[in-house]
Formats: sequence, structure tokens, C-alpha cells
Amino acid sequence: MKLVAQVTAADIAAAKAAVPAAFGAPLRRRLQRLVLAGLVLVWFVVLLRWFDITPARLSHGISGVWVILRLMVPPSPGAQWQDILQGLGESVAMAFLGTFVAAVLAVPLGLLGARNIVANLMAHLSLRRFYDGLRGMDQLIWALAFVRAVGLGPLAGVLAIAAAEIAVLAKLFAEAIENADPRQPESVLAAGGTKLLAIRFGLLPQVLPVMLAQVLYAFESNTRSAAVLGIVGAGGIGLQIAERIKVRYWNEVAFIILLILVTVGVIDFLSSRIRHRLIA
Amino acid sequence: MSRGRFKTGTFKVGTFETAGFELRYRRRRLARGRATLVWGAVLLSALAVSAWMSDVSPAALLAGLPRAGQYFAKLVPNLQWRHLVDGPQTEGSFAYWFYRIDVWLRLLLQTSQMAALATLLGAALALPLCFPASANLAPNYATYFVFRRLLELFRSVPDLVYALILVWAFGVGPLAGILAIMLHTVGALGKLFAEVVENADMRPWDGVCATGGTWAQAVRYAILPQVAPNFLSYVLLRFEINVRGATVIGFVGAGGIGQELYAVISFNYYQEISAIVVLIILTVSLIDLLSERLRSRAMGEAAP
Repeated sequence: MKLVAQVTAADIAAAKAAVPAAFGAPLRRRLQRLVLAGLVLVWFVVLLRWFDITPARLSHGISGVWVILRLMVPPSPGAQWQDILQGLGESVAMAFLGTFVAAVLAVPLGLLGARNIVANLMAHLSLRRFYDGLRGMDQLIWALAFVRAVGLGPLAGVLAIAAAEIAVLAKLFAEAIENADPRQPESVLAAGGTKLLAIRFGLLPQVLPVMLAQVLYAFESNTRSAAVLGIVGAGGIGLQIAERIKVRYWNEVAFIILLILVTVGVIDFLSSRIRHRLIA
Repeated sequence: MSRGRFKTGTFKVGTFETAGFELRYRRRRLARGRATLVWGAVLLSALAVSAWMSDVSPAALLAGLPRAGQYFAKLVPNLQWRHLVDGPQTEGSFAYWFYRIDVWLRLLLQTSQMAALATLLGAALALPLCFPASANLAPNYATYFVFRRLLELFRSVPDLVYALILVWAFGVGPLAGILAIMLHTVGALGKLFAEVVENADMRPWDGVCATGGTWAQAVRYAILPQVAPNFLSYVLLRFEINVRGATVIGFVGAGGIGQELYAVISFNYYQEISAIVVLIILTVSLIDLLSERLRSRAMGEAAP
């Protein structure tokens, strides 16, 4: 016994006439897609010409990468493994200090940027735009500038991390404060407390766990970026990588990269555990 | 009458319960105080260890700040109200401050196009990698595990480290920068893509499989239409991040405005530094704004 009738060509044609959209996009849509694809292709070719990307250069480069990858195996700590460990410790320390300084300074800035604390709309909008604008400046630009200002070394790195992170944290803090329940500070005010007391006892207990979690998250991301600040001379493990690349000790480069991966992984793990405890 | 009864009742219950409440409250405060003390000690010792490790004491920090202040004060452009709109030959005008604007705009265009190309190539490579890295589509656990770790490996190395290595292999110029950003993007987007796919509705998938479709056909016709708007939104977000990255990738010789910025910072051309930084901030903000619009449109089409 046959349960399902055989579908004939006529059935398909009938279905196609009834619901054409199920069988493919209409002609206009297809043409639009074709034109879009053509434009992307033209853009792609123009860029290849502009950046002088040719098959010869690519194959030459790829064979170079292949040589480097082969020289990276096996990774080795080399003779100056103490410098590597010290650089790693320096990087983590820079990230910690920079994030701490930024967090401390971002608290008042976050309060100023929150709409429910500073009600003036003009002040609010211009401050928030200012924070956004500062975020457009990459941490590495700060690092290079601070190296010129205070000299080579971890101090420039700490200042760069702090300067770049202040704007980010201030924005996040302001958002956390705006999302807080307004009834608790109101009740402190109603009981005769001053505005400062309302912030301390009505607002801070609500937002402090959120803010701490954000600071920890910033610390995680800063340990990643602190690893490269040394490339421009701002202290930490990046300097060790850059030096070994200059003299082409590829197996030591591979070792340092692996070491960074492990360190970042461990810090992420610890920090995310604390974060989950704070939020829950 | 009722008021009186209400009052006495509350007081009776109140006095009865207060003793227990006070005790619990005091215990809780004590525990809290202890926790604060312990965590405060942890924080302080971590700060002390960090300061010792990085050789940055509060004194060094305070001594460094005025020097940094002097440096940044020199970056402030020398603008004069009288000459503000004069030609590039007059000191104190905008045109004098931005005297090399044609070169800089060209470099900024190059930077943004490097980021765009790197994002596109990275997304194109992440697309085939993300499906086997999703727990719901991977044919077995081993495949899932291998592809996840592969994406992690791509993601964990910062694009600047890729750039340092690739400049050796491909030579100085934008090509090394594009490939460096692309490699990092593959890992970052691949992971986000896989998470979107894991949240997809599996009923269309079952439908395609039930009619005899292959794995590839099921991915194409059951999963891709669902996840495309989310993918597009993540690609745009990554583009914004990559534009920021592309502005500094030139520090190691991998093309873009970073090479010029590195040069003017090294030579202490203070006015040029501030001019380029202002241009970078404006460009990044503009691209963020446009991309945000596109993102909300892409997600808006997905909603209904």
C-alpha cells in the first residue's frame, strides 16, 4: 500500500504558480543582489590594486610564514627565561594598577555622567559624548604618548591603561547608576538625609556589585592589552616579544605567546568566578 | 478605637521580635565587617605586589603626572581667534593646524578600508568554521572540540602580535596589517557566530533533514536564514573594533594612519599629533554612528 502519492511535474508547476516566493526570490530582488555583488567585487579589486596585493606577494609571504611556523616548533623558553617571567609579572601588575586607578577616578565621573544625579540635559549629553570620543583613541596611542612624556617603562603603561579605561568605566558606571531603582535614594531623602547620604546609602549598595563586576571585566581585557603595550616601550611582556622577533628567535616567541595565552586564561577563569559570585 | 488597637498590637509584636532581630542584625554586621576586612587586605596586598613588580610606586606615579601634564599641554593647538579661518600660511588658523589634511585623510581612508577588507575576509573565513564549532550542529563531540579550540587559538593572539610576525613575512605595508586583523577576526567572529547558531530554532533543521537534505543543505536552508541578521550585526560591530585596531597597527609598520602617527610622536611634532588624534577620533565616531544605524536596521528586519 502506498501512503504518499508520487509528486508529478505538473504538481510542482501548479505549486510554483500558486506560491512563487517559496521557489526563489523575485526577479527584481535577484537583480538587486547581482548589482550589490558586482559593486562589492569592484570595491574588492580596487582595494587589491591600491594595497598592491598580488598572488606573487601572497605566495611569497605565505612561504615566509611557513618557515616561521616551522622554526617556532618546539617552543623554548631560551636562556633569558627570567626576563620573560619578569615581563609577564610586569604586564599583569600594570593591568591591575591601571585598572585600579581608572576605577577610582571613574566613580565621580560616572556619577557626573548619570542623568539621575546631574539632571541638566546639556551637561549630561556633552559629558557622555566626551566619554565616547575619548574611547575612540586606542590604548596604544595613549601608551606611545606616555612613553614620550614619562619615559620608557611600566609607568607609561600604567598611565596609558588608566587613561584609556577611565572613559570606558565612567560610561559603564553612569549607565549602571541610571538603571538603579530610584525609590531607595528617595526614601533616604524623605527620612531627612542629605543628597550625599542618599547616594551613599540609597544608591551605592545597589550599584556597587555591578560596578565591581565591570571593573573585573576591565581587568581581564587589560591583561590582554598590557601584553602588547611593551611593543611601543611601555613595559611588560610585549617588549620581550618585540626583541625576540627582531633577532628572529622564533621558538622563544612561540613560548612567550603560549605563556600569555595560559596567563590570560587563568586570569579570565578566576575573574569570571568572582564576577558570577558578585552578580548572583 | 481601631487606631489604638493597631498601635498597641504593633508595639507588643515589635518588642517581642526586636531582640531576635537585633541579634541577627549584629551577627550579620560582624560577618560583613570581617569580609570587608579580608577582601580589603587582599586588595591592598595585591596592590603592593603589583607596585613592587612593575616598579610603580605612588610617589613615581605622582612624579610622572606633572611631566605627563606638561607633555599634553604642548599638544594643545596654537589657535588664535583672529586668524581662525585664514589660510594654511597663517599661524593660528585651522588650516595651519591641519596643513597636511589631504595626506591624513587619504591615510584615514586607507585605514578604514584595511579594517573593512580584514573584517570581510575574517567573516568569510569564520562562516564555514562556525557551524562545526556549534554544539547543536557538530556531527560529534570531537569535531566540536577541535573547531572550538581552533577558533580560540586564532582569537587569543592580539592582532598587534600577528602584525609584528607578518611584517617579517609580507614586508612593511597594509597587506601585513590586513592579514593580522583578519586572523584575529576569524577567531573572534567564529566564536560569536557559533553562539548565535547554538541559539537557533532546530525545527527547520529537522525539516530539511527529514526530506533527505544533506548536512550542507540543512545549514544553508534551515540555519543560515535564521542567523544571517545576527551575523551581519556582529560583523558590523567587529568592523567598528577593527577600525580602532587599524589606527594603531601601523605602529609596527603594518600600514594605515598609525605609521604617520608613530613618526610624528617620535619626532615630537606636537601640533601634528593633536591634529591626527582629532581626525582619528572624528573618523572612529563617524564610523561607529553609521555602523550603529546599519546594525539597528539589520536587527529590525529580523524582528517581524
